[in-house]
Amino acid sequence: MKQLRYLFVFSLAIAIAAAGCGGGGQEKSGEKAPESEAPAAGNSAAASTDPKGIGKFKDVQLTHPLDEAMVKKGQEVAEVKCTSCHKLTEEKLVGPGWKGVTDRRTPEWIMNFVTNVDEMLDKDPEAQAMLEVCMVRMPNQNLSDDDARAVLEYMRKIDGKN
Amino acid sequence: MKLSHLLLTAAAAALAVQGCKMKSTESAVGGDAASRTYVAPGKYDELYNFVSGGFSGQVAVYGIPSGRLLKVLPVFSVNPENGYGYSEETKPMLNTSQGFIPWDDQHHLALSQTNGEHDGRWLFANANNSPRVARIDLKAFKTMEIIELPNSGGNHSSPFLTENTEYVIAGTRFSVPIGNQESALDNASYKKNFKSTASFINIDKNSGHMNVAFQIILPGMDLDLSRAGKGPSHGWFFFSTYNTEQASTLKEVNASQKDKDFIVAVNWKKAEEYVKAGKAKKMATEYYHNTFNEETHSATSEIIKEVLTLDPTELKDFVYLIPCPKSPHGCDVDPSGEYIVGSGKLAALIPVFAYQKFVKAIEDKAFEGEYNGLPVIKYEAALHGEVQKPGLGPLHTEFDGKGNAYTSFFVSSEIVKWSIKDLKVLDRVPTYYSIGHLMVPGGDTKKPYGKYVVAYNKITKDRFLPTGPELAQSAQLYSIEGDKMQLLLDFPTIGEPHYAQAIPAEKIKDQSVKFFDIAKNKHPYVAAGEKATKVERKGNEVHVYMTAIRSHLTPDNIEGIQVGDDVYFHITNLEQDWDIPHGFAIKHAPTAELLVMPGETATLKFTPKQTGIYPFYCTDFCSALHQEMQGYMRVSAKGSNVPLKWGIGDTAPGAGADTTAK
Repeated sequence: MKQLRYLFVFSLAIAIAAAGCGGGGQEKSGEKAPESEAPAAGNSAAASTDPKGIGKFKDVQLTHPLDEAMVKKGQEVAEVKCTSCHKLTEEKLVGPGWKGVTDRRTPEWIMNFVTNVDEMLDKDPEAQAMLEVCMVRMPNQNLSDDDARAVLEYMRKIDGKN
Repeated sequence: MKLSHLLLTAAAAALAVQGCKMKSTESAVGGDAASRTYVAPGKYDELYNFVSGGFSGQVAVYGIPSGRLLKVLPVFSVNPENGYGYSEETKPMLNTSQGFIPWDDQHHLALSQTNGEHDGRWLFANANNSPRVARIDLKAFKTMEIIELPNSGGNHSSPFLTENTEYVIAGTRFSVPIGNQESALDNASYKKNFKSTASFINIDKNSGHMNVAFQIILPGMDLDLSRAGKGPSHGWFFFSTYNTEQASTLKEVNASQKDKDFIVAVNWKKAEEYVKAGKAKKMATEYYHNTFNEETHSATSEIIKEVLTLDPTELKDFVYLIPCPKSPHGCDVDPSGEYIVGSGKLAALIPVFAYQKFVKAIEDKAFEGEYNGLPVIKYEAALHGEVQKPGLGPLHTEFDGKGNAYTSFFVSSEIVKWSIKDLKVLDRVPTYYSIGHLMVPGGDTKKPYGKYVVAYNKITKDRFLPTGPELAQSAQLYSIEGDKMQLLLDFPTIGEPHYAQAIPAEKIKDQSVKFFDIAKNKHPYVAAGEKATKVERKGNEVHVYMTAIRSHLTPDNIEGIQVGDDVYFHITNLEQDWDIPHGFAIKHAPTAELLVMPGETATLKFTPKQTGIYPFYCTDFCSALHQEMQGYMRVSAKGSNVPLKWGIGDTAPGAGADTTAK
């Protein structure tokens, strides 16, 4: 009995010491965990109803008629960063064809998807549905806000908007 | 009964060990080595530890305290893993006056400093065999520059640098005749013709660019290691030497004759003044300077044809010798800049010199004579004191910033902690086995980070699972936070872990480059977008402008290549996201693959020897369709009339056509 008690006391001391130290570290790790690795179910549900997608673009002002300078810039950006995987027709290449995208999606959704790819692929139900079709996560091509806006203008041009 | 005794003893022992450290939770955990080196998944290490790869020619990056290998940085040896030294862009990095040299022996490392503290900008590395010094950029973790050293044989005492990175110095280990002259190999010829040199490489404050500012020609002896002064001794460099006997053969015996060799003290500020005053001599020579350009993603080589030299036997007052027992190896300056520790590897004591006494000895002309025209200061005049019977074979000393020094002992395989002020031994711990260098994070700076000492060991018998006759060399991490050193961790290393530097992660991690901006890619063969892909023939040369993106290479079908063509695959990685390199390998390429970083262009040259179909593919797993990231090159006979064609999908040479009989 005696030795058992010693053991118990000793184990308790160790356990307390370990718990004391480990606890602090764990809390921190929770705070620091990148959002994309811990998609909260609640967020996804909320996002599913938002046709604007997830990201900083809440209200994108469109131009009428099309801003041709922006279209030109958008085409230049697209030819370096986008058209490896997207055709300008309806045909899917690696990613979906662009024809009609401005009818299918809101301008905000497109801008958010292009600039916030990883979060959109992790949380937005529409984006997730596309991933199931394409099976390749769209690369985050690190487009600036201006680049993304210009690409949107180019997409509108392709769709014959004015 | 027996069992109860055992349990009681075990419990009592455990309590005793913990006992004195149970004052707080922190110190209790401090008694548990495993928890102190465990870095949980998703957590980062506290320090970057840059460790020389020795005979691998590379630099390894480990996390401290986990000992996890984070990266192997290719520097002086070709690296098939990423094509360094194989790609057309990186081949020039290994150019020397004697041609392309794909291997070296990488010994020491030095992190750039500002005001005597590590600033996280660059890491300098030496090549011991074909004397060279490299600068590694710590944003991209890439070798950016390699400069060859003329008049040097065995670049051992390098790179060591001054407290504001004004100079990186490189001292020669083997004395050699200056200007690569031939000489008879006998003691008389050695004494007459052989010299050692200390090269001072100036570092541009902003760009980091290196240039050999001047060389000091010293008598023939072996410069071993070096340290810059700091604080009060800023402006001086101290080199240890052996073979002051000037023996040319059986140095094991013949270079161990004297009781004392020297520490060579160089007043580099004065040397700099002499150079500015035009007192240096121009000497014709030839050496290479290779620079990597971040915009063209390509290295170029420049040949430099002269070097400035200073002769301290003519300009008498900037080089002094301090006698140091016996065959000193390390020569280390403490954080205050007041003390210089010599480590006579064959001596049974550690001599510690005081900078102020050394300066006063020069003022008082307390000389005991001359050695080959250089003034020798009296040993006692510069001596602070000796650590008596510290151990066997002292090699290197680092400091914790609290007045303590830590010296490695090769022969007795231990680290000994001692007090600089009163030279008393305070503690000793065994190492497993034959420790060479040791490192305290920031231990060579004015403000050591302290906390740990790492031993870099040569022999690891019984420490790891056996792997045939050759075992991994190793590092061992000890805590130096308490009065007593405590072993925390063993970890195996690549090559020979010769020396190392460590820096808090915060000083580097947030500046890490994530990708190269494709809009700034000025490579002459860049394909910025698939629209820009093409294949061009120029006589015997074929240039393929190829792009890579998840999950295809463009073009993926190429025809019209002929046996004997020099085919240059210029691969541009179109990705603009962190950690998405693409690889490129082609069947029977006799060199290596490429690993192309996001936004970068890299080139593999391949000369097919036979007709046939040569598949190529991406080597670095990139997506669910990585396996499909592949293509074909058709190679026809020399003089064949198969036209040059290329493309992908609709644009592929045979798109739409089905030539098989149905």
